[in-house]
Amino acid sequence: MPPVPPWLKKLGSTLVTVAVTILGLLFVTFMIGRVMPIDPVLAVIGERATQEQYNEVFYDLGLDKPLIVQFAIYVANVLQGDFGTSIRTGQQVSDDIARVFPATLELATLGTLIGVFLGVPLGVLAAVRRGSWIDQLARFVGLIGYSMPIFWLGLVGLLLFYGILNWVSGPGRVGIFYQGIVEPITGMLLVDSTLRGEWEVFRDAFSHIILPASLLGYYSLAYISRMTRSFMLEQLNSEYIITARVKGLSERKVIWHHAFRNIRIQLITVIALAYANLLEGSVLTEIIFAWPGIGQYITVSLLANDMNAVLGGTIVIGTIFVCLNIFSDLLYRFFDPRSK
Amino acid sequence: MKQMRCFTAAAVAALMAGVPMAPALAETPPNMLVIANRIDDIKTFDPAESFEFAGADVSRNVYEKLVNFDPMDLDAGFGPQLAASWEISEDGKTITFTMAEGHVFSSGNPVTAKDAEFSLRRAVLLNKTPSFILTQFGFTPENVEDTIVATDDMTLQITLDKEYALSFVLNCLTATIGGIVDMETVMANETDGDMGNAWLRTNTAGSGPYKVVEWKPNESVLMDLNPSYGGEAPAMERVIVQHIQESATQRLLLERGDIDVARNLSPEDIAGLDDVEGVKVIDELRGRLMYFSANQKKEMLADPKVIEALKFATDYEGMANSFLKGQYTVHQAFLPLTFLGALEDKPFSYDMDAAKAALAESGYPDCGPIAISVRDAQERMDIGQSLQNTWGQLGCDIELIVGTGAQTLDRYRAREHDIYLGAWGPDYPDPNTNAGTFAYNPDNSDEAGATGLLAWRNAWDPGEMSDKTLAAVQENDTETRKQMYLDLQAEHQKVSPFGVMFQQIEQNAMGETVENFVAGGATTAVSYWVITK
Repeated sequence: MPPVPPWLKKLGSTLVTVAVTILGLLFVTFMIGRVMPIDPVLAVIGERATQEQYNEVFYDLGLDKPLIVQFAIYVANVLQGDFGTSIRTGQQVSDDIARVFPATLELATLGTLIGVFLGVPLGVLAAVRRGSWIDQLARFVGLIGYSMPIFWLGLVGLLLFYGILNWVSGPGRVGIFYQGIVEPITGMLLVDSTLRGEWEVFRDAFSHIILPASLLGYYSLAYISRMTRSFMLEQLNSEYIITARVKGLSERKVIWHHAFRNIRIQLITVIALAYANLLEGSVLTEIIFAWPGIGQYITVSLLANDMNAVLGGTIVIGTIFVCLNIFSDLLYRFFDPRSK
Repeated sequence: MKQMRCFTAAAVAALMAGVPMAPALAETPPNMLVIANRIDDIKTFDPAESFEFAGADVSRNVYEKLVNFDPMDLDAGFGPQLAASWEISEDGKTITFTMAEGHVFSSGNPVTAKDAEFSLRRAVLLNKTPSFILTQFGFTPENVEDTIVATDDMTLQITLDKEYALSFVLNCLTATIGGIVDMETVMANETDGDMGNAWLRTNTAGSGPYKVVEWKPNESVLMDLNPSYGGEAPAMERVIVQHIQESATQRLLLERGDIDVARNLSPEDIAGLDDVEGVKVIDELRGRLMYFSANQKKEMLADPKVIEALKFATDYEGMANSFLKGQYTVHQAFLPLTFLGALEDKPFSYDMDAAKAALAESGYPDCGPIAISVRDAQERMDIGQSLQNTWGQLGCDIELIVGTGAQTLDRYRAREHDIYLGAWGPDYPDPNTNAGTFAYNPDNSDEAGATGLLAWRNAWDPGEMSDKTLAAVQENDTETRKQMYLDLQAEHQKVSPFGVMFQQIEQNAMGETVENFVAGGATTAVSYWVITK
């Protein structure tokens, strides 16, 4: 039997890790949902239902079976692509997620891009000019970003930029006149309107997304700039940087070709984490801006004990975290030959 | 987190009060109505299954019923809609409806008695949560073929298990479950013998002024005119209801002119609109009641004098004039105002001397520990804290047990609470809807499991009041029936372990050009077809 190529071994172990991680995540979420002191039957039928109707739904949901059997049935259904029906929306969970996830993906991606493009240079500058006004500014930005409740900033942002200055459009993904014009391809309005050549819709959608994306971007920026500053300071105090300077290299080369190159790997982890957090943790932003995203979907479903929806959302978010981790690993290998 | 959000929202509301808004640049088109509302409770549009507030709003505008309320004169009660007239048999058990002409479904099919027969039978056969509204008249899956019969295209006969007040039966037919669906369209979309239930969850097939064009759960509902609508063409050709969770966001949208109506503004935001030009606020009494109730399995709370003390130690006006201002009015009877026979008397006011005197006469002059189950909604927690304060002055040791709606409800249905602080809305616009739950409990045993009855949940045996409640639904003389409910409520106020405190006022803010916005009062849901702007 020919030896298994190393890349195939690596792929196999990665897939097993992914499967075990997601299965474990599902198991924990499923069990939490089942042991929560909330009656899932009442969530379906409401408080006015008769005992007979209650019993019917109780058996329909399979709640008479042992927990482990319920879990096994759920996993078997998921493997066949059946995530079940949401009791809150009455629709297939897969359809719900296909509708809400692109909205979050679009928002989080733009937010992360803003955070990276502003946060990384700000962090580098703050480290290079330590103690200067730029450093103070970076710290101030970071402090505000960490300490201000996003709910407050969102409402104030809406009041200022939409209510008073009229620079951006209000809540929602697109204005009422543009709803339903673009036939979905990816579900992300900016992408779909571009692909369809609907530039009016693109402009309107951009005007709606820019404020919540900037808000999320600001929170990412605060985190990314602070971490970048910290990583850079560590590098700038290293002996090889002193050597480079002694050799007469320009400051630009010292900073970007030597110090910055060495923090890229750490930055990738930071950015991936920030991105993943925005994908699942922007619930309040979604509520304020009436943004129908997955964070709000999972949270509201959890409060209504709509466990099919919660589990479906958990699979998506869990898969994204795992994929981002794998992606980070791949980038490590690309940027750092030692990890190959 | 919710309290933090309320605080920041209030802070933003205060900020908004002090800064001038940009002039309203956007304006919705004159033939389009844009509404901001919380619509995340919509699970289905099927009238046989829909039982939520936002769903009822859609249903009322999409489905016609045999009889219905005129939004411009809700006090007049039910009147003809799909049925032009009706007759009751001598034994009072069979009602014969003659269908009106000129009503057409959005598919173009005319509305016939066969559609009405199908719709009512279907509601019984599907046996979804609201089916009790029809099955209380003796309809069962086994007998609907005999008891709900279209004798021809224009005549429908329904046969009840016994004689009921005609007004009771017809009031029930105005509920969402009385919506008449297009049999042909619905059955063309039947899957696995579900009588079109799955299809009707996301689609509509009615003869009302509008049809649902698009529904995105938790996002929006879009309704367009039913091109075949038989009535006068509505001025609003398109209605868009957007799900906007936050009050402050709704207010911003309204002030900017991006929406016509904001339906969930907080008292702070309503107050903030006082000086805003081009916006008005309309108050409307709704059917929702706020009450506390005492579990009669708890020895101390089964003492009538203790309950009397608690009722006197409640600061009704203080709450209504502070954190509930504009949102609730003091009301102390189980029928909401505007219902037939609603009692306006308010025998209890905040009187600590009377409360202490009643407690002294009880078997528990020092009171004792009382746990109040409260749902984690802001207004209920505020009420709970007020009760904790004033009841505490009696010497009671009050603990608030805050939980999600489902958690508190689970305890309530299991009869495990001490005091439950709850809200109750009518299921259908007849006095029996509340009398039949607040004052009716024929079997108080645990085994009865009558979880739908509030009296049972509180382990309270109303005695003869159960019989009186049954007698009232059979009384055909309206004035006598009204008096029966007035008497029932007066007795209930005195002897029951229920402390009804408030009735909801809905405050809807809208552009000043919006006319005829009727949220539905205490009896029905919103009517978009009469709105102009």
